[in-house]
Amino acid sequence: MNLNPVHVIETKGLSKTYPGTAALVDVNYKVQRGKVNVLIGENGAGKSTLMKLLAGAEVASAGEIWIDDKRVHITDVRSAERHGIGIIFQELNLFPEMTVAENIYAGNELTSSGVIRSKAENHQAKILLERLQIPIDPRTRLGNLYVGQQQLVEIAKALSKHIKVLIMDEPTSALSKTEVEILFKIIRQLKEQGVTVIYISHRLEEIMAIGDCITVLRNGRLVAEDEIANVDIPWIIEAMVGSSKKRFAFAQHALGDEVLKVTDLALKRSNGIYAVDHVSFSVCAGEVVGIYGLMGAGRTELLEALLGAQPLAIGQIELAGKRIERHNIPQRIDAGIALVPEDRQKQGMVQLMTILENMTLSSLGKFVRRFAFGALGRAKQVDAANDVIKRLAIKASSVDAPITSLSGGNMQKVVIGKALLTSPKVLLMDEPTRGIDVGAKEDVYKTISLLAQSGIAVVYATSELDEAMAVSNRVFVMASGKLTAIMGRAEFDSERIVRASTPATAVV
Amino acid sequence: MTTPHSANSSVQSLPAKPDRAAAYWASRVTVGILKLRIFIALFAIVIVFSLATDNFLSTGNMLIMAKHVTIVAILSIGMTLVILTGGIDLSVGSIVGISGMAAGYLLLEGVKIGHHIVFFNPFGVVVIACVLGALIGAINGYLITMLNVAPFIATLGMLYVVRGAALLVNNGSTYADLEGNVALGNTGFEFIGNGTILGLSMPVWILIVLAAITIFVARKTPLGRRIYAIGGNEQAARFSGIRTNRVKLFVYMFSGFCAAIVGLVITAQLQTAHPLTGQTFELNAIAAVVLGGTALAGGRGTVFGSVVGACVISILGDGMVMCGISDFWQMVIKGLVIIFAVVIDQLQQRLQSRMVSLTA
Repeated sequence: MNLNPVHVIETKGLSKTYPGTAALVDVNYKVQRGKVNVLIGENGAGKSTLMKLLAGAEVASAGEIWIDDKRVHITDVRSAERHGIGIIFQELNLFPEMTVAENIYAGNELTSSGVIRSKAENHQAKILLERLQIPIDPRTRLGNLYVGQQQLVEIAKALSKHIKVLIMDEPTSALSKTEVEILFKIIRQLKEQGVTVIYISHRLEEIMAIGDCITVLRNGRLVAEDEIANVDIPWIIEAMVGSSKKRFAFAQHALGDEVLKVTDLALKRSNGIYAVDHVSFSVCAGEVVGIYGLMGAGRTELLEALLGAQPLAIGQIELAGKRIERHNIPQRIDAGIALVPEDRQKQGMVQLMTILENMTLSSLGKFVRRFAFGALGRAKQVDAANDVIKRLAIKASSVDAPITSLSGGNMQKVVIGKALLTSPKVLLMDEPTRGIDVGAKEDVYKTISLLAQSGIAVVYATSELDEAMAVSNRVFVMASGKLTAIMGRAEFDSERIVRASTPATAVV
Repeated sequence: MTTPHSANSSVQSLPAKPDRAAAYWASRVTVGILKLRIFIALFAIVIVFSLATDNFLSTGNMLIMAKHVTIVAILSIGMTLVILTGGIDLSVGSIVGISGMAAGYLLLEGVKIGHHIVFFNPFGVVVIACVLGALIGAINGYLITMLNVAPFIATLGMLYVVRGAALLVNNGSTYADLEGNVALGNTGFEFIGNGTILGLSMPVWILIVLAAITIFVARKTPLGRRIYAIGGNEQAARFSGIRTNRVKLFVYMFSGFCAAIVGLVITAQLQTAHPLTGQTFELNAIAAVVLGGTALAGGRGTVFGSVVGACVISILGDGMVMCGISDFWQMVIKGLVIIFAVVIDQLQQRLQSRMVSLTA
């Protein structure tokens, strides 16, 4: 066979459209054989979509995929595996109660006449792990391993299927320094053995250390590709963020007194690493703060700790000059803190309920009628809901429509409305525009500005640089649980923010 | 990017307009009928049995059936709130047993306080038994909220513990002849089971009052809204500032309270407390709730539906007895009815989501 010596995978005009959004537009992506191909881009740039198309988790709307100079049709994960493509997702897909060997062969069991050959599995797994120089006994229960070791088991699992291209989606986001070193050693070994690696990461230093070539996506398009040797970190950031920055209407207004003061807030994860590492800051009434950070930087944990949803958090929180002691969500809501959680579907709304019922859920006490045996007043609730609908420009046919009948952006506004009805002094928002389309995003930013003008302090977490700077007075940058930078609007600087968000890791 | 909503809206481009309108209305009418299914079922059962037997609608038979209905219905009221939060209470049958035994003990043996033996009047007996039921419910709630035991396991454990305790009260024997003693001032316990007010028997009154209050609480008060919210999405409820543990504790206490009432009613009717009273009652109560359209996953259902469901399940049982259908067949039929109800419920859910997609 006469293989294309340079490219193992080539896509031609690859596109993927979801209802309402184009996730990937006309991408001609080339994967270099036997190299570590870095893929980088902001959240929503289309990295994951591209990888899902290659790994068969999604099917392209248009375009072609060529492997070894042959056009292929990848329809599902199995067919991707047949073509030699394996993927390790960011979240591990393993079974903690099974052994390492059982995990490696899950779904692909070695059997003879329908019976699993455990011995053969253990033996084969041992050979595989030895080849990768992973020092793990295949009979160990997976749950007993560290996350880093589990990641290595995922790699072994992918390689047990004789793949030639291994896609790794942010493999180091949960790893410690030493674990990253081991991972890099194994990636280098894979390269020597002729395996091609596609490596997705946000960690710039890491990319410079392990990558051979780099491809940058922005807004679903391929915007740059080069050899790592030819580029530097400012080049990468420039390509990722683009020179034409989006501008949002930012209206400067006078800020009030300090309303939230956090001193030495800390929260340990179960593995002993700090999710929030002694963070201190303060926020004024009417101020908007964008917290920028990568996934796992501790943003969600910080916001949840402020709401009182993290009982193990320590440190001091002062709200309008008053110390808050107990970890008790209802009390903190009463005191004036509200959270719009990250996962709207899972944490923000009750799907079985109507718009009205969802909106009033945090403030039911306000709507109890007098002299009515504790019954809720319907008129009061409708008035309040309609008021919020008008204030936030929610598009809804009626307050009694099921919340699931709304679009993502409008659902989000209902969740924001629920928080507003508690009359918060501080409104926390975790990824407020996650999973909503561009038009609705602008709407959410407008809402944030509006709320700030009415004197509410808004603190929102985001993993999009544009968004962090969009409507904020200040940007906080978090990395590995630490607050690594605080800058005012005058000193906003994409490169500095991205650098501050990159966790320090061992560069091997 | 793919929220459920945007996935639905892809249906938009499919059928031509008139077809869609027709499909929408067909679904809507079907859903309407399916929603009324429990009433249709009740109506059908009454018609069938009144035709099949001579004295189904006679006053005497109605009274007997009312007795049976009230027992299942009162239990199902408490059970509905528990199931609405996404839980389950398997201990209610045993609470029925121990509540009756507690009443028997208090009426016949009294309580030793110091050197005196104190006999409570029937009102006191009822209050104490109800508090006992609520306390057992509180143990359920404590296990489930504070110690994180799965509701199924916690209440299954309590099913055994409480039944055992009921047997221990009088060493496995019954307390008979509970009419009380005039000298001790504790006569009249019978009233709660056999007494009548305005021609309606006490248990029916209790059912009406209890159902009315519970329906009010579930539909109109913050507590009710919170119960639905917890079953609909517990995490979202927690982030909304709802004291989820407190609400759950309440529903288990209320369920225990309802079970205690049932125990008192049965004991008063029979004038005898038997430690094995109430065995498998929990299953009838759960069946009534499910028949009434409440989702076992929580968040969706009505108290009124459960009461009607209780009517269906116990009238079905009584009617089959009157028709001379064998015990064995009765069980088969009852089981099929329950499964059928859930299948229809699934059908209704599917049609409803189709309706939403057709309007999108």
